[in-house]
Amino acid sequence: MQMRSPRFRENAREALDNAQLQRALTNVETNFVGKRKAAADALPEFEALRDKARDIKNHTLEHLDLYLKAYEKKVIEAGGHVHWAETAEDARRIVLGICKRVNAKTVTKGKSIVSEEIGLNEHLSANGIQPVETDLGEYIIQLRGEAPSHIIAPAVHVNKSEVETEFRRAHTHLDPNRNLEEPETLLNEARAILRQKYFDAEVGITGANFLIAETGSSVIVTNEGNGDLTQTLGKVHIVLATLEKVTPTLEDVSQILRVLARSATGQDTSVYTTFSTGPRRPEDPDGPEEYHVVLIDNGRSSMLGGDYQDMLRCIRCGACMNHCPVYHAIGGHAYGWVYPGPMGAVLTPSLTSIDEAGHLPNASTFCGRCESVCPMRIPLPKMMRHWRTREFERHLQPASTRFGLGLWAFFARRPALYRAATGLMVRTLGLFSGKRGRFASMPFASGWTKYRDLPAPEGKTFQQMWAERKDAA
Amino acid sequence: MSDTPRVALFVTCLADLFRPSVGFAAVKLLEEAGCAVEVPRAQTCCGQPAYNSGDKADARGVAEVAIRAFEGFDYVVAPSGSCAAMIKKHYPELFADDPVWGPRADELATRTFELVSFLTDVRGMETVEASFDGSVTYHDSCSGLRELGISEQPRKLLASMEGLMLKEMEESDICCGFGGTFAVKYADISNKMVSKKTGHVEEAEADLLVAGDLGCLMNMAGKLKREGKATRVRHVAELLAGMTDQPAIGEHKGTPAEKARVDG
Repeated sequence: MQMRSPRFRENAREALDNAQLQRALTNVETNFVGKRKAAADALPEFEALRDKARDIKNHTLEHLDLYLKAYEKKVIEAGGHVHWAETAEDARRIVLGICKRVNAKTVTKGKSIVSEEIGLNEHLSANGIQPVETDLGEYIIQLRGEAPSHIIAPAVHVNKSEVETEFRRAHTHLDPNRNLEEPETLLNEARAILRQKYFDAEVGITGANFLIAETGSSVIVTNEGNGDLTQTLGKVHIVLATLEKVTPTLEDVSQILRVLARSATGQDTSVYTTFSTGPRRPEDPDGPEEYHVVLIDNGRSSMLGGDYQDMLRCIRCGACMNHCPVYHAIGGHAYGWVYPGPMGAVLTPSLTSIDEAGHLPNASTFCGRCESVCPMRIPLPKMMRHWRTREFERHLQPASTRFGLGLWAFFARRPALYRAATGLMVRTLGLFSGKRGRFASMPFASGWTKYRDLPAPEGKTFQQMWAERKDAA
Repeated sequence: MSDTPRVALFVTCLADLFRPSVGFAAVKLLEEAGCAVEVPRAQTCCGQPAYNSGDKADARGVAEVAIRAFEGFDYVVAPSGSCAAMIKKHYPELFADDPVWGPRADELATRTFELVSFLTDVRGMETVEASFDGSVTYHDSCSGLRELGISEQPRKLLASMEGLMLKEMEESDICCGFGGTFAVKYADISNKMVSKKTGHVEEAEADLLVAGDLGCLMNMAGKLKREGKATRVRHVAELLAGMTDQPAIGEHKGTPAEKARVDG
């Protein structure tokens, strides 16, 4: 998808001025946070499970090659096919090749964020194949021609009346005077439209929350059941998954599942947790004739063994963005690429480049709320700081920032000079502040005084006053 | 260690420059807790501005100044969760691969504390002598809360103050939008965050807003003043030390003081 991260500031400004978006974001702030907390509080071993989940993934990442090979072997044994895709382009080519071979006209899709990352829908459409998103949120934003603004609630920025408008525009074969007031009527309409698509589609594409090395299974975690219809009703099921989704055993996956839904939506477990192993067997009542897994790297392997390896533990629950005050202020689209919020601030520069995504790891107060709720205990602020270090090393920050920082550090490294300089500065500022005790505007600090006053110094530093007090004693 | 520990006060750069009364309040509280307080002259800043801007060389340079300045004291105490966490949590990381400074950083980290948690957790302080005739709301600054686990300690000491009524605001544990250079670099986003915060402060209907970090306090006080809101703002140490006769943050000597009362 088109990269809009370089204009992060403008994106954020637009988001802050968008009254409808601001109302929608209030829901993220209130709903997700409270539900996660209730779910976590209700489970005494929740914190211990987070440790366990982290350890499982760390172990897997240390032996990723081994588990990927074991997984591939099991998929093949079950009658499936594994395709290795080093780049997004490779992945698109592989999927298109499968679709063309079976003469697919329509492809249904369960929610898959990596399909956004590789730009699959555009590629299929450009090649005459219609992709139909079947997750309700994804369906809505597909109609609107938008990208997801949240990794588990892609249409969280859209309100009900906008959905109604979109449905009336898109579903022209239905009675224009029909009642679409209630959320249920919207849901039923989408369900009826999509039901036929499942039968029409030759190929169903899903993502995967986990790949199990022990069994060769792929796992999807959903709430609408659309993923199951997508993957069982088509002739061909294609699973899109990135390398780090592989997990050693069924037991490991069931451990991580216990923190996933609780962290994401506050559910004990999602409505559907579906395990798929290979194509339909002769004795199976249903299922696809072909089962393909496209294993996508697209930058993951270069994160192994470096400062950002911990990020590969991410299970895409969205808790970090649900708890992020910056995300709450600007929403997901402002981040300008597939992955928003704190996880996006670390992942986007890793998968694209820090030159393009430099704003993302900087637009954080390091408040640490993301890390405090991450079920995989990913040190997100620490890794954002790593990105700032990379930027500094490569001189990517504005020259004025570097100069200011250098000047400050020059004095801060020399205590005697620092005392003299700060004493003078504080005295000057104290004199200029007059009787108000604060500044309404200040040269070089307009970013601050644009929105708030700057409390003025008292006129002397503590060090000066302390020395005077000692001298007097 | 004797019964009277030698404590170095790490004033922190913001308190040194903008709010010396926080330093004096810290000294008073530490002395009440039975400490002999000294203020090493050769201290400057913890180095966070460089560290969080990715400038590791300058961060190390500034941190070395602090490590030297605070050598030999039983404890180092800062009236800031953010600066204390920088020393306690981040210095060891900053010098992890340094055979000379690494052990010194680790050792300093074990001796360094944030003021309020030091008073309660290390010195066993249960009550303070000061009283306050009015209502107070407390903002949990992020570093203190999430890196050092400071939440109950200030509330316990505030509750011990005669006359003081604690009025909790909604979302007291959500960031105020300061974030150091963030407040200037991403002023629009920061403004949205601090506006939410001052809204919650106003809804709490308290006379006074307190917190443990001057950065957050200057941000919130500056916004409250800009919005023309009446809630006054102080560092929690000033209130606990009974030093509320000084003008509040962003105010001047001419501004009438709140109904402060200091016993003893």
